[in-house]
Amino acid sequence: MKTLGFHAIAKSFGPVPVLHDVSFELAAGRAVGLLGENGAGKSTLMKILAGYEAPSGGELLLDGAVVRFNGPRAAEGAGIAMIHQEFALAEALTVAQNVFLGHEIKRGWWLDDRAMRAATTQLLAQVGLTCSPDTPVHALSLAQKQRVEIAKALQRRARVLVMDEPTATLTRAEAEQLFALVDRLKADGVTLVYISHKLEEIERLTDEVIVMRDGRFVTRAPTAGLSRAQMASLMVGRELSDLFPPKTTRPTAEPLLKVQGLTVPGWAHDMSFEVAPGEILGFAGLVGAGRTELFEGLVGLRPGATGQVEIAGQAVHITSPREAADLGLTYLSEDRKGKGLHLDFGLRQNLTLMTLSRYARPWLKPADEAQALKRAVDEFGIRAGSLDVPARSLSGGNQQKLALAKVLHPGPRIVILDEPTRGVDVGAKRELYGLIQRLAADGLAVIVVSSELMELIGLCHRIAVMRAGRLQTVLDAADATEDLLIAHATGTH
Amino acid sequence: MPPERTDSIASRLRGLGPLTGLILLCLLASFLNPEFATVDNALNVLTRTTFTGIIAVGMCFVIVGGGIDLSVGSMAALIAGCVILLMNTLGAHGVAPGMAVVIGASGAVLLGSVLGLAHGWLITRGRIEPFIVTLGTLGIFRALLTWLADGGAITLDNELADAYAPVYYGALLGVPVPVWVFAIVALAAAAVLQRTAYGRYVQAIGSNEQVARYAAVKVDAVKLGSYVMLGAMVGVATLLYVPRLGSASPSTGLLWELEAIAAVIIGGTALKGGSGSIAGTVVGALLLSVIGNVLNLTSFISIHLNAAVQGTVIIAVAFMQRRQR
Repeated sequence: MKTLGFHAIAKSFGPVPVLHDVSFELAAGRAVGLLGENGAGKSTLMKILAGYEAPSGGELLLDGAVVRFNGPRAAEGAGIAMIHQEFALAEALTVAQNVFLGHEIKRGWWLDDRAMRAATTQLLAQVGLTCSPDTPVHALSLAQKQRVEIAKALQRRARVLVMDEPTATLTRAEAEQLFALVDRLKADGVTLVYISHKLEEIERLTDEVIVMRDGRFVTRAPTAGLSRAQMASLMVGRELSDLFPPKTTRPTAEPLLKVQGLTVPGWAHDMSFEVAPGEILGFAGLVGAGRTELFEGLVGLRPGATGQVEIAGQAVHITSPREAADLGLTYLSEDRKGKGLHLDFGLRQNLTLMTLSRYARPWLKPADEAQALKRAVDEFGIRAGSLDVPARSLSGGNQQKLALAKVLHPGPRIVILDEPTRGVDVGAKRELYGLIQRLAADGLAVIVVSSELMELIGLCHRIAVMRAGRLQTVLDAADATEDLLIAHATGTH
Repeated sequence: MPPERTDSIASRLRGLGPLTGLILLCLLASFLNPEFATVDNALNVLTRTTFTGIIAVGMCFVIVGGGIDLSVGSMAALIAGCVILLMNTLGAHGVAPGMAVVIGASGAVLLGSVLGLAHGWLITRGRIEPFIVTLGTLGIFRALLTWLADGGAITLDNELADAYAPVYYGALLGVPVPVWVFAIVALAAAAVLQRTAYGRYVQAIGSNEQVARYAAVKVDAVKLGSYVMLGAMVGVATLLYVPRLGSASPSTGLLWELEAIAAVIIGGTALKGGSGSIAGTVVGALLLSVIGNVLNLTSFISIHLNAAVQGTVIIAVAFMQRRQR
């Protein structure tokens, strides 16, 4: 394959157009970063390329010839494969069975396991995975599963590899290994389309960026000539003034939440920290450091947590999220789709779920709920076509704002926000930062858990660093740098 | 993203599907046999619907909450046997027949609630799949009844049966008592499911249990409540059913689980939970008993094939609904 062309690609879902007249060409062996906010149409365009969606108009050109894929298998046949955010692996099958799924080597009627195992071993070596081909996929880590996905793509002889947010769930070390693999693939002449919100990765990996906005192709430019700030403003379509609102001074009040010696079995040991009203305390650490589990334990979502917890000077014993909420402590999960929102429910039902007793006397008052939703939509800047849509139909950023509004609806004094901007575009991030700052300004004690170090440094007053379930240090944000935080998080300080 | 409205016209029409089916079936039935469209027959059909209908209303909660109960038929049989034994004992010890019936009827609801509580406890505390728990009790309950009846039937003493008869055969304003009970139960259940915090919690748990848990919903208590309520409904259905035959035997309540679950599914409730409709469930229950009635009144298909026709209908409805999920 020499070139891959998009010619006037258009796509509508029902009456709603999501792609308009997208045209550009990709040269073989180049790595292209596809940039755009959530809802810009990147993923839809790539799904068309990989055969998951059919375009409503326009055509795909492979070496100048029009191609039409009626499914991902057809695209694979043409050498195009996509690595999804959510992996498409059969968890119960082995690595080798997954790599050859749908393309099994056979001898007569029987599967030729030996040949498939041998071939898989070779492919695993290529992607730098040392496990046995007989390992069941469910026993692998997320990073390893991703390698298996890539091995699967290589088995299909992919010449074009689309990676959609591949590092979203990887630790920094795992991400570095992935980048090394991507470099090798590039050297082998694989064309790479890389979608990521992390601009430093785009900078590190790609030769060129293509920017999309509102379903249209905006521009393309060599990566080398662009700063991250320029990339960000190209995506948003306006100059991005400072991403973080100015910080308030760190309050000197008595702590509102005081935790001493909190242990969550298997995850967090002997954790002690405190947050004052008006303060934003960050929690940094690698994936698996136990931050999420610590706070799940604190609010009673994990059994067996022990330790002393004081809220406003009162010793409390929290055994369920209900008790936590009644004490004025709520938790926003990092997993928006799995734990944060009912995607099939309306916005109203999502907003009021934690506080339903307020609307039941004893019959629910949907009109009151609708009013509350209207207020939340204004206050949190939730953009929805209509207030009657299910949460599923909101963009990631607006879903996140709704999830935030939901955990704030009970009127907590202390709020724990776990990855509050995960999978959210730059513009929405900026709005969320503003909202979080405002919470602190209103006197809430705020805890932010994040894997984005810049976010913690830009947003928090102090940053606690966890490693392997233990508190390493608590830094003043003014003294914190990304390198320093990483050093503490990896134990190399 | 396409904006989808939760209350789109399409989804409203979808909700009307079972009702349309019921009306068409009734029109067809009155065409085939004029006897169908008489008040007597209508009341007869309604009365026969009440047993599985009331159970289906309770089942609707359990299914919307993401659970299932396969044991309801066996449970009804066991409750019937136990309350008949209880009333006979009371009667033999000189308790007035009316009093014995009141105690027995209350005992039916109480026993149903206790059995539902046991289900809920095993499912929430024991962390066992509802399918497995209730598959187990399906066998246990019916075997217990068969053992109590020594393989035969447990029969209500005549005097008591006379005192009890009005509960099934009586009527108020020309409408049989069981139909009144069914209507009240269905209206109350619809109000609870759609208009109370408890109902919203049941939907939230069925839609995504984790999200509900993280939103400070007392998941275990809500689930437990739904099984207790279903058990109580089985008790109510049984207390209405006992005076009809005045006995319980190993074939009492046979395949009621099929009819109850089928009524819920035909009514448009997704088996995976999250949303559902009591009105749809009532229509589903009526549809199933009209089918039985039509088979009785006409001679195209043997009444012995009733369950086969019902089974076919549920598969057909699921087939038509599959695109919408």
